[in-house]
Amino acid sequence: MLGRTANDLYWLARYVERAESMARLIEVGYRIALLPRDEDEGYNEEWRSTLASAGCAEGYLAKYETPNARDVINYLLFDSSNPSSVQSCLAAARRNGRAQRTALTRDMWVALNDSWMEFSKIKPADVTANQLPDLLDWIRSRSALFRGAMLNTILRADTYYFIQIGTFLERADNTARILDVKYFVLLPEIEMVGSSVDNVQWGAILRSVSAHRSYRWVYKQNYRPWRIAEYLIFNRAMPRSLRACYDLINTSLDGLAQLCGARHQCHDTSDEIRRFLCEGDINAVFQSGLHEFLVDFIAKNNRLGHQVAEAYHFNG
Amino acid sequence: MSGAFDEMNGLGGEIRPPYRAFAEWLGVQKLDDLKRKASEAETLFRRTGITFAVYGDESAGERLIPFDIIPRIISAAEWKRLSIGIEQRVRALNAFMYDIYHRQEIIKAGRIPEELVIKNSAFVPEMIGAEPPRGIYSHVLGIDIVRTGEDEFYVLEDNTRTPSGVSYMLENRETMMHMFPDLFAKNRVASVENYPEFLLKTLESVAPRDLNKEPTIALLTPGPYNSAYFEHSFLADQMGVELVEGQDVIVLDGQLMMKTTLGPKQIDVLYRRIDDDFLDPLVFRPDSILGIPGIFELYRAGRVTIVNAPGAGIADDKAIYSYIPEIIKFYTGRAPILQNVPTYNCRKADDYKYVLENLEKLVVKEVHGSGGYGMLVGPTASKAEIEAFRAKLKSQPENYIAQPTLALSTCPTLAEAGVAPRHLDLRPFALFGDQVRLVPGGLTRVALKEGSLVVNSSQGGGTKDTWVLKD
Repeated sequence: MLGRTANDLYWLARYVERAESMARLIEVGYRIALLPRDEDEGYNEEWRSTLASAGCAEGYLAKYETPNARDVINYLLFDSSNPSSVQSCLAAARRNGRAQRTALTRDMWVALNDSWMEFSKIKPADVTANQLPDLLDWIRSRSALFRGAMLNTILRADTYYFIQIGTFLERADNTARILDVKYFVLLPEIEMVGSSVDNVQWGAILRSVSAHRSYRWVYKQNYRPWRIAEYLIFNRAMPRSLRACYDLINTSLDGLAQLCGARHQCHDTSDEIRRFLCEGDINAVFQSGLHEFLVDFIAKNNRLGHQVAEAYHFNG
Repeated sequence: MSGAFDEMNGLGGEIRPPYRAFAEWLGVQKLDDLKRKASEAETLFRRTGITFAVYGDESAGERLIPFDIIPRIISAAEWKRLSIGIEQRVRALNAFMYDIYHRQEIIKAGRIPEELVIKNSAFVPEMIGAEPPRGIYSHVLGIDIVRTGEDEFYVLEDNTRTPSGVSYMLENRETMMHMFPDLFAKNRVASVENYPEFLLKTLESVAPRDLNKEPTIALLTPGPYNSAYFEHSFLADQMGVELVEGQDVIVLDGQLMMKTTLGPKQIDVLYRRIDDDFLDPLVFRPDSILGIPGIFELYRAGRVTIVNAPGAGIADDKAIYSYIPEIIKFYTGRAPILQNVPTYNCRKADDYKYVLENLEKLVVKEVHGSGGYGMLVGPTASKAEIEAFRAKLKSQPENYIAQPTLALSTCPTLAEAGVAPRHLDLRPFALFGDQVRLVPGGLTRVALKEGSLVVNSSQGGGTKDTWVLKD
């Protein structure tokens, strides 16, 4: 496979995953904005953390003064000047797919192409508040369709591995960001002073990763902030946890090593990150600082992406 | 043009035999149903991505070549004659190229003027003395054929450089089989799906001679903004070979290498879909960023095979075209099976005089033009257009050839008001490696405007599925 092909596939997967994350973050932001509130209680703060979780705060604030529902939703969904907007993600995924048509199966291509064609037809001004939930569901379903098509039709070889690595590096980044933006409501001492606002925040975090139901199934108790952090970092069964992401990244990197007959620096990095996620525990994380842990994780996750690019000649 | 030969109805009267079963079916279709099917077909094409981007205008969206759902049908006997004629041309054209890049016997024999070859911009002097495997220059050819009567077929053009359209031949068939399976049950339509396999065999058969392994093949594309990009990726996918751009390929240690995830990998046969000019900036256009610096030297050294060979354009030059009957006789010793359209070569004084006096009756083409640009269709042009063209012609007569306006055959085609005749041509694709291979079919291009004779997609033409019936 060409290095450029691997690069395009990796980013294609990241964009598909990112579009889905965006839809989920907007959904949560929107839900919270709908809650009854006191006059002076500013839910604009909620939009601010939505932007931060999406990694879009800087770009947004360069363009608008304060976060408000309309502008944030527009910026995250339709703004082509925002490289992480759903619009940009779907366009980039489709562009990469078109450039690498030969690596994709027909089902994968049609899923990408249809998403892009349908989304291009939407006029932002026509999306009313009532239609927003449907649109967000649709975006998530398109991402699911692409992944389903991929899992059902692609050979378990290099194409599959690069797509998996892209998907789960992006997902791990997203989960870590969501945790970091809200880390202060997850500290154990909060539990003592937990207000109704905190409860909403905890629910929001879990919803951002579609885990509010599964949390109760797993822990059979009400939200406990440190449990939430543990769940999203260490639980191997939770499909958006850092641990689950690294199980899959590791498997794919091992697959590549076997296929190519060589291991690289990226393999060591991935092993090291995963080992901590397997062996570490939440108490240790809190002791050394949740925020510090997450900042460090995001940096390592990023570095791994660069090392994969280098090992497999993404840039020729 | 009234009174043209119609593929289904002939000159009126009985339905022609190859269309009998189809005509019966068509007779009972409702116009609304046909239109609905046509719009379904368009959706299928868009979903599959059989579209092309327009250079430098990403926002304008991607375009689609219109597809007409009424097939063009060719009988087994007609196809047999066409295919024998095509094979004859394919062999003769390649023999001609071998000759003019070597001993130039045909020039010495005085059968073709020397300056027409040597001073031709399609002649690549760097190719003189090069020894392409099997002596083949043009491995993939598209022969444009028009019909004017029951037994009258003419070759309009031999495309010997990088003919495109074969993906439409294949996808048009896929689409038709998907939408009208019942039609294929009622008609014995020969399959075209072997084309990618034939292409792969052809490419493998011209690998560098001393290669002691399975050749590695790659397809070179200018990239996603090229209008034929869908075809490039389609063919690469169907053959299971890498689709590469210039940036993916380098010359390293005396070999052509592509940059893979495992490091450099040798390419033995490059099916290039970019023009000679852009192939190697060290030899041809120095400003080309699409090509591969140093590839031509490797090619001359026999380290890689380029398909089609550089310089293969000399055989489809419009100034050479009028000599093709000569060329066929010279190299095969036989008369051409398929005729050329009578052609006036404005470099010849008599022809030039005739053309100037009859502009309103003729189609005049630029010798080096393509895609239907820079041509005059006398009978449909205004006086002012004819005079403007006359001035251009006078300033550079050797730059033009002229042909009578042929009454191209028509075929029933779905138009707004109903099914109506539209003019068409046919481009079968031939492959030449260890043998000449053709799939029974081709690309039928149809002028969708009433009365129009210009079938090029850039000028409002569409395509049809092309059926060759089995005996």
